[in-house]
Amino acid sequence: MDAIILQILNGLDKGSAYALIALGLTLIFGTLGVVNFAHGALFMIGAFCAVTLSRILNLSFEIVDESRTDFLGNPLKFKTTYIETWLGPEMGGTIIEWAVPLAILFSIPIMIAIGFIMERGLIKHFYKRPHADQILVTFGLAIVLQEIIKYFYGANPIPTPAPSALTGSLDFGELLGFQANAVIYPYWRLVYFVFAALIIGGVFAFLQFTTFGMVVRAGMADRETVGLLGINIDRRFTIMFGIAAAVAGLAGVMYAPINSPNYHMGMDFLVLSFVVVVVGGMGSLPGAVLAGFLLGILESFASMNEVKSIFPGIDQIVIYLVAIIILLTRPRGLMGRKGVMED
Amino acid sequence: MFGLDKKDTSLLIIVAALTMLAPFLLNPFPAESAMAQFNAGYPDLMQRFVIFGIFAIGFNILFGLTGYLSFGHAAFLGVGSYSAVWMFKLLSMNVVPAILLSVVVAGVFALLIGFVSLRRSGIYFSILTLAFAQMSFNLAYSVLTPITNGETGLQLTLNDPRVLGVSSTADGSIPVTNLFGAEMRATYELALGPWNFQFNTGYYLSAILMLLSFYLAIRIFRSPFGMMLRAVKSNQTRMNYTGLNSRPYALAAFVISGMYAGLAGGLMASMDPLAGAERMQWTASGEVVLMTILGGAGTLIGPVLGAGFIKYFENIFSKINESILHKWFAFMPDGLEDTLIALVYPFIGKGWHLTLGILFMLVVIFLPGGLVEGGQRIGRLFRRKKSDEKSDKSSQSTPAE
Amino acid sequence: MSKSNLTRRGLLKTSAVAGAGVALPTIFTASSAAAYMNEPTGSSVTLGFNVPQSGPYADEGADELRAYELAVEHLNGGGDGGLMNTFSSKELDGNGILGKKVEFVTGDTQTKSDAARASARSMIEKDGAIMITGGSSSGVAVAVQDLCQSAGVIFMAGLTHSNDTTGKDKKANGFRHFFNAYMSGAALAPVLQSLYGSDRKAYHLTADYTWGWTQEESIVAATEALGWETVNTVLTPLAATDFSSYIAPVMNSGADVLVLNHYGGNMVNSLTNAVQFGLREKEVNGKNFEIVVPLYSRLMARGAGENVKGILGSTNWHWSLQDEGSKQFVKSFGEKYGFPPSQAAQTCYAQTLLYADACQRAGTFNPCGVAEALEDFEFDGLGNGPTLYRAADHQCFKDVLVVRGKENPTSEFDLLEVVEVTPAAQVTYEPDHPMFAGGNLGSCNPGS
Repeated sequence: MDAIILQILNGLDKGSAYALIALGLTLIFGTLGVVNFAHGALFMIGAFCAVTLSRILNLSFEIVDESRTDFLGNPLKFKTTYIETWLGPEMGGTIIEWAVPLAILFSIPIMIAIGFIMERGLIKHFYKRPHADQILVTFGLAIVLQEIIKYFYGANPIPTPAPSALTGSLDFGELLGFQANAVIYPYWRLVYFVFAALIIGGVFAFLQFTTFGMVVRAGMADRETVGLLGINIDRRFTIMFGIAAAVAGLAGVMYAPINSPNYHMGMDFLVLSFVVVVVGGMGSLPGAVLAGFLLGILESFASMNEVKSIFPGIDQIVIYLVAIIILLTRPRGLMGRKGVMED
Repeated sequence: MFGLDKKDTSLLIIVAALTMLAPFLLNPFPAESAMAQFNAGYPDLMQRFVIFGIFAIGFNILFGLTGYLSFGHAAFLGVGSYSAVWMFKLLSMNVVPAILLSVVVAGVFALLIGFVSLRRSGIYFSILTLAFAQMSFNLAYSVLTPITNGETGLQLTLNDPRVLGVSSTADGSIPVTNLFGAEMRATYELALGPWNFQFNTGYYLSAILMLLSFYLAIRIFRSPFGMMLRAVKSNQTRMNYTGLNSRPYALAAFVISGMYAGLAGGLMASMDPLAGAERMQWTASGEVVLMTILGGAGTLIGPVLGAGFIKYFENIFSKINESILHKWFAFMPDGLEDTLIALVYPFIGKGWHLTLGILFMLVVIFLPGGLVEGGQRIGRLFRRKKSDEKSDKSSQSTPAE
Repeated sequence: MSKSNLTRRGLLKTSAVAGAGVALPTIFTASSAAAYMNEPTGSSVTLGFNVPQSGPYADEGADELRAYELAVEHLNGGGDGGLMNTFSSKELDGNGILGKKVEFVTGDTQTKSDAARASARSMIEKDGAIMITGGSSSGVAVAVQDLCQSAGVIFMAGLTHSNDTTGKDKKANGFRHFFNAYMSGAALAPVLQSLYGSDRKAYHLTADYTWGWTQEESIVAATEALGWETVNTVLTPLAATDFSSYIAPVMNSGADVLVLNHYGGNMVNSLTNAVQFGLREKEVNGKNFEIVVPLYSRLMARGAGENVKGILGSTNWHWSLQDEGSKQFVKSFGEKYGFPPSQAAQTCYAQTLLYADACQRAGTFNPCGVAEALEDFEFDGLGNGPTLYRAADHQCFKDVLVVRGKENPTSEFDLLEVVEVTPAAQVTYEPDHPMFAGGNLGSCNPGS
């Protein structure tokens, strides 16, 4: 039982990342009709926003300590950060430690700006082009973004820890009435899950309860009619692209402490998130979220030893297997609307 | 000639001439000159050009004609390679049975995957093929290691139980792949003054097979079957309403292109008897998509151009390193040299991915029809200069072939 | 048509004359003219450095390349001469190899066996490389070694840790200076025993590919010999980035040691995840829960940040070693690049010098002569103490380091501290040891 609860938690956690990326992909596909292969790269850039902020906060100057020596036998230079000198070691240290949560604020304007630039500068010209062209150009963009990051940050993963207050783990089992220490779960992963739920809820509320969202939803359903009503749908779609980029970016920022960011983490998620989108149903936002969590949980279960001993290697293929079965039995995906991208 | 019309015949002849003379054409720079870095006329790369050409031609039969975008074609190439290497291990070092088996196995594999995947179209079809290919890759890398030798890749050993032939040669090494005795790796070098040209048996075998594949592709493009495939692309619903079932046609195209991929895989293993699992990864499938679109999807020559373009970048640009740059710019004053190198350096050597990404974007943005369209535009530019008085209308409607 | 004077017949005539003039004596096949593959005929000799420049191991590849460039500089008489000062063999004189200036070409393995072979073939066929070296993965090393065997050039392996490289996939033209999975197990076991006792229950997570399996086999054998119990061994997909669902079952498995048979990015993520789940603070069976990482890479360990503190593992070499060779290498490398070298850099530098020295002693670049000079060659002064290049399997036998993540690093490079230097004798095994069985060196191939 405790093992199953743990795997459900793991699945929800993985699912949060899948769902956030798939949500953005679906927003873009549903509003703009564009298949965005650069979405994984946006996730990666988000994580590097966290890295960048922590580097900025760690900007430092050197003090030479004559009494100690470095690896070449020269006097040891050690670094002190500006922020600690300005604000005192306690205050400064705390700010540095909280770099990742602070990066949420830091990343939102950056990601929205990147989204705007992408949409206005590139994607706009591809609305009427075939999906294959969209895939190719966004794939090219993904490579370029990823290589730029690699040029500045190197290929190795960069540790970006969570604040120490959130690094421990919670005895989840005790809360549920199990014996102590049976089900413990890291705080940060719980934070990630709650954060993802908030973002997803926020996006849905935004689309559901604001006039802006209503227009966008109408535009998703029938772009031409909305245009004929004299509403500038293009501008709204640009904003939606910015929001989708920000969602992917935030998913990346918060993911940084879970696994140290590296420049190809976006590609690792890209294929999976496309599978998630299709399983959920192209253009369906609730579908993307549902499929994200579902596949995350399935993947976790498949990696349990008991399951693997029956089907060796199942953890390597389970997501694809499920995608194939769903596409064959229910072509429009779990929650796809009838008629959207369906045969 | 060969049952082709005049235009296609001349295209075929041009392609034949280009491939046969490739050892000269790809080595335009003297061997000792600084520009020799850009020579591509060595056996390995020439083989890759034509083998990936075959792969892309086959992919284009599916994608260019029917519009079905498969994201799993690398799986067929991988399966072809594995079958070929197994043939070398078990039967004989002759490439003929290996290549035949790889085509057949890839065809059967394509039939199975195609039969399932073609129940859906559009992006769903793409994801289905992607899912199948990724499953093949993941399993080949792990659980199926007894068959595929996992990460290392399936390779020949000194104790292979070869039925026709020996396990190891008299001097204790692994026998080499051959075509009835002609070794695939045998290379004749011709030194003409400062130039150095290499003629490789394996290359010419691959080149001849590529020409045959190309010829077959032209015949398919021009046949009633090809028309049917185009109909699948332009309006499948209408086709269905007229009482034609489109699926057998699409499936036939899928299997044919899978067999092309198998041929490419078998040839790769024949040139260099090792089959690595990365050949089946989704990025490898993506690569052939890029080749086809970059060259010009739906055109005959486009995929071959695209394949050459990408392989050239991968192999030539990745090898330019900082010290080579220093040699090139050595004649400049120091400050200028360093600035130039700093400017160029991110784009070459380890930055070749960046250059490739930028080029993808530029080509797709400015040349939606791929490199072929680029060629046509240049051609049109010259034609227009010659005949200014002619109206533009006639030249605009050239079909993209 | 055009009105130029150039007629077809005229063109043919001129080109025929021109061709005859320059082509007279030089039409030959590779087999008839040269004694062996890519025999250097000019005043220089070309080495091929095949390292990962793109993909997850690009930083390791970059460090290998730095080491190669440094080695070439030293061989050609530049810089401070580096390890040529401390190397026990004094044949090298800073005048290139056999009087020929050393030049090099580079290629990108992309950490894929296909790409690595393509890149190696292009260096052999196009650039005339006489020796190929480098790489950061065993799959690539085995694939390229196989290629070099059939092409007839020497392969000096870079970072490759699988038993297979000099075990079942060994080749007469291939040589490995780096240590291997068996040695990691043999070196770690006594330290594990003295620190954690001999009554332990171990849980293994293993990357599901060739290297992971040999690593697991080695460490399981070594720890079971101590009396440890193996609770479970679980394979994880190589492509996995989140290991939470593999770590979670460890907690209630009754195990009190977790062994992570992961390398590179896998290791960074699985270790980070394991620490997140609070395994380090756990107490099981009345003992502190411990994590072991059999193969450390300092470059990659940086990615795990604080999480490596106190975690045991093994490594081929570390810059804090105090023997003359290591000190000299750190000095040369550090002065040129401003930071200490990695173990990958050290093995690549040593391999280049060993190759050059073997050519010098053999008096030829012929792979068969070079191989003979390397076989059973004993040397010292390249770091790791006295070393033997064993003839039976072309594996180097030298001291292996057991290291631990440092609690109080003084700099970003100061991540590991050496716990013990395990002497070579303790990690030596018979060439026909079952973990290395099934291979055959074959005979050296000098090419056409």
